[in-house]
Amino acid sequence: MSILPPHRLDLAGHRRRNGVVPWVAYHDDAGRDRLVEAVESAGLRGRGGGGFPTAVKLRAARSRRSIVVANGCEGDPLSGKDAALLTVAPHLVLDGLQLAAHAIGAAETVLCVHAGSPVLPSVTAALAERDDRVPVRIAEIPRRYVASEESALVHYLTSGDARPLGKEPRPAERGVRGRPTLVDNVETLAQLASVVLLGPHHYRASRTDLVTVTGAVRHPGVVELPSGPSLAAVLTAAGGETEPVQAVLVGGYGGSWTADLRLGLSAIPAVYALPASACGLEYTAKVLAFLAAESARQCGPCMFGLPAVAADFAELVRGGPSANRLAHRLPLLTGRGACAHPDGAARLAASALRTFTADVATHQAGGRCRVLEGVA
Amino acid sequence: MKLSVDPIACRGHGLCADLLPELVRLDEWGYPVLARGPVPPELAAEARRAANACPALALRLRKE
Repeated sequence: MSILPPHRLDLAGHRRRNGVVPWVAYHDDAGRDRLVEAVESAGLRGRGGGGFPTAVKLRAARSRRSIVVANGCEGDPLSGKDAALLTVAPHLVLDGLQLAAHAIGAAETVLCVHAGSPVLPSVTAALAERDDRVPVRIAEIPRRYVASEESALVHYLTSGDARPLGKEPRPAERGVRGRPTLVDNVETLAQLASVVLLGPHHYRASRTDLVTVTGAVRHPGVVELPSGPSLAAVLTAAGGETEPVQAVLVGGYGGSWTADLRLGLSAIPAVYALPASACGLEYTAKVLAFLAAESARQCGPCMFGLPAVAADFAELVRGGPSANRLAHRLPLLTGRGACAHPDGAARLAASALRTFTADVATHQAGGRCRVLEGVA
Repeated sequence: MKLSVDPIACRGHGLCADLLPELVRLDEWGYPVLARGPVPPELAAEARRAANACPALALRLRKE
């Protein structure tokens, strides 16, 4: 079963295609245990990018007064898979949300999307069709990049401030309004519903990943393919290359560049295929400028380090001697913020220097590389 | 014992690096970079002093 249908399914269409959740099989405490065991034996991992085992998160948040937060914000400009799911398969996500709520004993669930998101009509219409045991509230989150980071969502739902809170305490321990909180990406919830609708064994045998593909491919968009595909298979699924691809950005704006298309993916939400005619350093400089501007301005390494690194990259592209400074500065960004935002920017920058070594040398020597016009 | 910094609370005053240069250095923007690993026992008292002196109470000393 693919989790992304070819067109939007209303409740009746969803049930015809995917079936009905067999609630009776999971109804008491022993049933909740069976549900978490099914998720565990299906090998389900978080699909927001972190790839953490979902069963472990479910167990950690189990309590009679907990809350489930479904993260449908998808702040990364290169990712569109969650929006695609909420648009065409909202009931699969909502089935997963109800199952997660049941598994941890939650009496409250929140579905988070960015303010004014185009998925809102689909989600609102889907909720109106359902008669769920646990009420679902929609929360519209400010449209900033780090506002949908796990602790930032918890902070926003508690206080109205959408800035990350830091790594401790974990939301499962003390989350929204101090309650144990499970925060899961909406694709993870759709996958969880598939585990239950298909059964863990069938799910394991047929499971698929959603990947958003952009850049030099014939059909940019969201593709679904058997779990753990190679980068080459992902590009093929998006219609193949429109021109030779020199490198791929794996994992969105906070991801890594690689030129090795044989590389296998797991839990990677987005890939961008850089055409041979574009300059990877120029593209990276623009992304770094975006990431610097999108910081929550709470932590020193982010407030000062990100703009410095973005300026270094802009200088590198212009032909300045900033490569040595970058080698010095990048390691200082990692692991020192309240969230992983500076880590992602450092990973992106370091992988660009590694992947586009020849271009670094050309820029330093002559100010411009073989690319005449920026395409990023 | 282990030192940590609350990155949101830290305002880069830099007192920690003055009081505990063996374990804390400052990055080019004045924010602390901590040495890896546990606090050596002979520095425990100094580490406690540095944590207590932090104007933002961002430097923490915890039992492991």
